[in-house]
Amino acid sequence: MSVETETLSPAEELSNFGRARRRLLSNPAAIIGIVIVVSIVLAAILAPYIAPYPNHAGSFVDFRHRHNAPSLEHLLGTDNVGRDILSRILFGYRVSLLLVVGVLGVAVPAGVLFGLLAGYFGGIVETGIMWLTNVMLAVPPLVMALAITAVLTPDLIHSMIAITVLWWTWHCRLVYRVVKSVVAEDFVEAARVAGASHLHILFREILPNCAAAISVKTTLDAGFVILFGASLSFLGLGVQPPTPDLGTMVAAGAQFLPEMWWEAVMPGFAVLYAILGFNLLGDGLRDMLDVEI
Amino acid sequence: MIGYHLLRRTIGFAFILLGLSVVIFTVARVVPGDPARMALGPLATNEQVAQLQEEMGFSKPAVVQYFDYIGGVLRGNLGKSLLTSRAVADDIAQALPATLELVLFTLFLIAVLAVPLGVLAARRHNSWIDNASRLVSLLGVVTPGFVFAILLQLLVSHFHFFPLTGRLSTDIRFTPDITHLALVDSLLKGRFDAFADALSHIFLPALALSAAGIGQIMRITRSSMLDVARRDHVETLRSFGVPDYVITLKYMLRLAAVAPLTILGLEFASLIGNAFIVEMVFAWPGIASYGLRAILSKDINAVMAVVLTSGLFFVVANLIVDLLVGLIDPRLRARG
Repeated sequence: MSVETETLSPAEELSNFGRARRRLLSNPAAIIGIVIVVSIVLAAILAPYIAPYPNHAGSFVDFRHRHNAPSLEHLLGTDNVGRDILSRILFGYRVSLLLVVGVLGVAVPAGVLFGLLAGYFGGIVETGIMWLTNVMLAVPPLVMALAITAVLTPDLIHSMIAITVLWWTWHCRLVYRVVKSVVAEDFVEAARVAGASHLHILFREILPNCAAAISVKTTLDAGFVILFGASLSFLGLGVQPPTPDLGTMVAAGAQFLPEMWWEAVMPGFAVLYAILGFNLLGDGLRDMLDVEI
Repeated sequence: MIGYHLLRRTIGFAFILLGLSVVIFTVARVVPGDPARMALGPLATNEQVAQLQEEMGFSKPAVVQYFDYIGGVLRGNLGKSLLTSRAVADDIAQALPATLELVLFTLFLIAVLAVPLGVLAARRHNSWIDNASRLVSLLGVVTPGFVFAILLQLLVSHFHFFPLTGRLSTDIRFTPDITHLALVDSLLKGRFDAFADALSHIFLPALALSAAGIGQIMRITRSSMLDVARRDHVETLRSFGVPDYVITLKYMLRLAAVAPLTILGLEFASLIGNAFIVEMVFAWPGIASYGLRAILSKDINAVMAVVLTSGLFFVVANLIVDLLVGLIDPRLRARG
């Protein structure tokens, strides 16, 4: 495949890219996805500047304003110690995105590498890696992550580790499948005959074929990592208070259901909003790049 | 042929469970920190910790510990729970039926809701039903389990349709002691009041648990029905003048069921995972509730047992799916 793209003139490549972009932008669902994802990233970056009450992110207490229903003063209401929920959600997105970057930054390259190795070399390498992958995928990811956090103290870094340990397997299996389907193709054979090294074949010939699938999967994953982190902290095994985490906020708010419904529902919808955004964007990318995952 | 195929799969799954036991044992023993110290907390004396270490066999080398453990597991001995001071195997046996009942009822809900909707969406391809089903399945996938559970609770606390927590009302005075599944036992004993009570308790948690599955199964049923509709034999049947509903139900659904069934087997793991959240929100006395308490109190033996049990669940579910797929589609049987 890389051979083909090299023969294209820059103008043709641009038009290819332009066509793909047009396909993405003519898909209303994908545009909504982009808007949501951009809004979340901006919220996380600009949280200290745009949050109505930036000092409410930590262990701030104002008992006179506790359990306030949504109003103009507090758009999404206040929690049980009087903190502005909107401000805490904006800061909560920082934690969520940090988790996404931390987990996918390690899990995706690791999964891709193992998938490439398993698919390309076969034999004992393949058996070993795929066996480990199947073992990890046989347990509910949440259960495995819970078990790992059980032996560690619950905090952001440890949830990151627990999720990463599980997450590489999905990318490993995905890349493995793609490699298996292209490894017998002529261009790989041609590179081998031409005396290319394993390194060259793996990273310059085979990897570009996996790029589309990996980027779609990674986009979809971002939403699910946020969900995963929120689920862990909802169960009390993730980020600990007073750090503003969406899952922790839902769990804390759930104690005051049904009267103070906004305390659990608003952060819950914030998680839903993030997953929705990454899902719509991921689906849009999938249609644009025309890959099946 | 199907026997050979199943045998091969069983051996493969056995290796997966073996690997799982190694992984979870490593997690439990090799990670930094002393399990005995963690279980007893910072206030315990060093002698107490040393005694517990001796009891749990930590003084032996890790490999010996592993074989001791796995030998015990094979004989049904999962060690002692530090949380309940009982044998973990007894705790699991007590908690498992509730989860089994919840998961089976959830699968039932998914089957009766998602499959007909998927068939309908395929038959009214691109109609408003199809679009609505697309929206529902998107919402099912993107709604976090805990958000859906909380919304259900909120809704019901307003209208009082169903009890919010638990498995049976205390004033019903009913113990499921035949199959340990409350829904089945109440019918076997002719206790219809208990059956209604159990049904009203299980409905909400099962609905919360089924959300993601319903969306997925609906979409897959739809696309595989559309796929089957293009086959030659369906065209032939149609030209013979066979009634439409007979074609759909008798000839198409059978073929189209393979894909959703396979996915259901794979989705089983996430079903058990979500059970942790649903059981917590609805105070359902199952294995996930037990596992969560064990995790929060650092009860390593119980945690390991819960992980292994959920792995076993996954493996058995996939074997059953293999069997069903083989029964539906003889070609898969022949391939072996």
